[in-house]
Amino acid sequence: MKRSNTLWSWIVMILGILYFFLPLLATFIFSLKAKLGVLSFKAYANVFNDPAFVYNFSYSVLWAVLTIIFGILLFVPTAYIIRLRAPKLRSAVEFVTLLPFVIPAIVFVFGLVRTFSQPPLLIVNSPALLIAGYMVLSMPYMYRAVDTGLRAIDVRTLTEAAQSLGAGWGSILFDIILPNIRVAILSGAFLSFAIVIGEYILAQYLAKPAFAPFMAYQIQQKAYEPAAMAIISFALTWAALGIIALVGRGGGQAQVGGGH
Amino acid sequence: MPFFIFAFMFLLFPSSTIVVRSFQDSATHAFTLKNIIDLFRNQYILGAYSISIQISLITSIGGGLFGFLLAYAAIRGGLPKIMRSSLMTFCGVASNFAGVPLAFAFIALLSPTGLLISWLRALGYNPFFHGFTLYTFWGLSIVYMYFQFPLMVLIIAPAIDGLRREWLEASQNLGANSFQYWRYVALPILLPSILGTMILLFGNSFGAFATAQALTGGQINLATIVIGSQLTGDVLGDPGLGYAMALGMVAVMALAITGYTILQRRTERWLR
Repeated sequence: MKRSNTLWSWIVMILGILYFFLPLLATFIFSLKAKLGVLSFKAYANVFNDPAFVYNFSYSVLWAVLTIIFGILLFVPTAYIIRLRAPKLRSAVEFVTLLPFVIPAIVFVFGLVRTFSQPPLLIVNSPALLIAGYMVLSMPYMYRAVDTGLRAIDVRTLTEAAQSLGAGWGSILFDIILPNIRVAILSGAFLSFAIVIGEYILAQYLAKPAFAPFMAYQIQQKAYEPAAMAIISFALTWAALGIIALVGRGGGQAQVGGGH
Repeated sequence: MPFFIFAFMFLLFPSSTIVVRSFQDSATHAFTLKNIIDLFRNQYILGAYSISIQISLITSIGGGLFGFLLAYAAIRGGLPKIMRSSLMTFCGVASNFAGVPLAFAFIALLSPTGLLISWLRALGYNPFFHGFTLYTFWGLSIVYMYFQFPLMVLIIAPAIDGLRREWLEASQNLGANSFQYWRYVALPILLPSILGTMILLFGNSFGAFATAQALTGGQINLATIVIGSQLTGDVLGDPGLGYAMALGMVAVMALAITGYTILQRRTERWLR
């Protein structure tokens, strides 16, 4: 029984590996075929030399960085206060942070566009709405990462010690708490980065320049460059999650459900 | 508190817009149930929901079974330890690798000029002569599996870890064969967790949009695709109906998440 079990395990595993790697292999080989007859990195060179790519990609990075900064500014104090002062509100906040799982992204953007595209709330064209939307999408990961980080340290003692030394709220939060949960914040930040860089729906329907809509547009136009971009995108996801695994060392969890 | 203002502005308020408008006449803004009733009368919408539900059922059951087998093989299958940690890492990446790049990866693999298809053709078999296309129901199902089964592996792995070896040994001591062990010990413990995670996968696929949009260019009639096109132009011919449809999707998702939570709680009683 033992041996046949192992055999079956190998068969299942190899099937899984094939299914996982074949699409990537196909994309990679395809991305090398831009020059007729030989394998080359020409498609990648084309992508990086394309001003439209640089433009869209830089915007995606900008959106990601802004989302992370505002996310930290909003979610860290919230999680901190909830933990210290208002544990009764905890389940309410947790419910809200998990809502983005229940509302499909396309329905969410549908609500955003319809709500904010008429006076007096005409901000549908403002980048602020996009950032706010991204903050909502990354909230389940960011908030939970921060909350897990806070659970691991003794918030109350740290706060009281800082207070008795005369620290104000600002310096407690940013000089004491923030450095103590920096690993959790980093993993939340890189997850948010991976989400925003690969995100298609919000940028597409709020009509903002971004990497994923650009790639979707290029699929209709070109053959080899989208393949190169898919590989770049995959490498970025891999890098972001790799960094989380490195800094977290088993602490955080790395899984995303949105963005499909 | 800024958090609640933020959540209200950008999450609760837009969601409540959908709820309110679903029950409003689009011309007069008077309260009405017409939109909800029309939802169940409109063949186009029912068709979209039906395809969405079918594809979610197939990919959640298929992805769930395969993901479970894969996780079990890696954890209890007698494979080298490294297989487990690499599988978990790959699954973390793969469950994130969705949307536009995923669609393109499968175009490179399974389109008429794709890698696998050209290999099969070289072997003298062209699946396109047998009715296969990447851009319709079954093709999309294959693509969805790519983010479905890794999610299953990630969520089910702790449950498989919780199966104690003592239970297997005890059942063997009592003379149980491997079928009896699974039928009376392992499955009853794992089943709530397996079903719960499958329900979660159902929701995961039901709400998916970007992959299908990038792959088919909006040609496949999924519920999410209809909402997407309702956003750019009133394809349903009635704005109220669009809101009702969005509300219906949230209702399905809420059911799925609730089911997952309930079943997950049942498992936790055993697996500590």
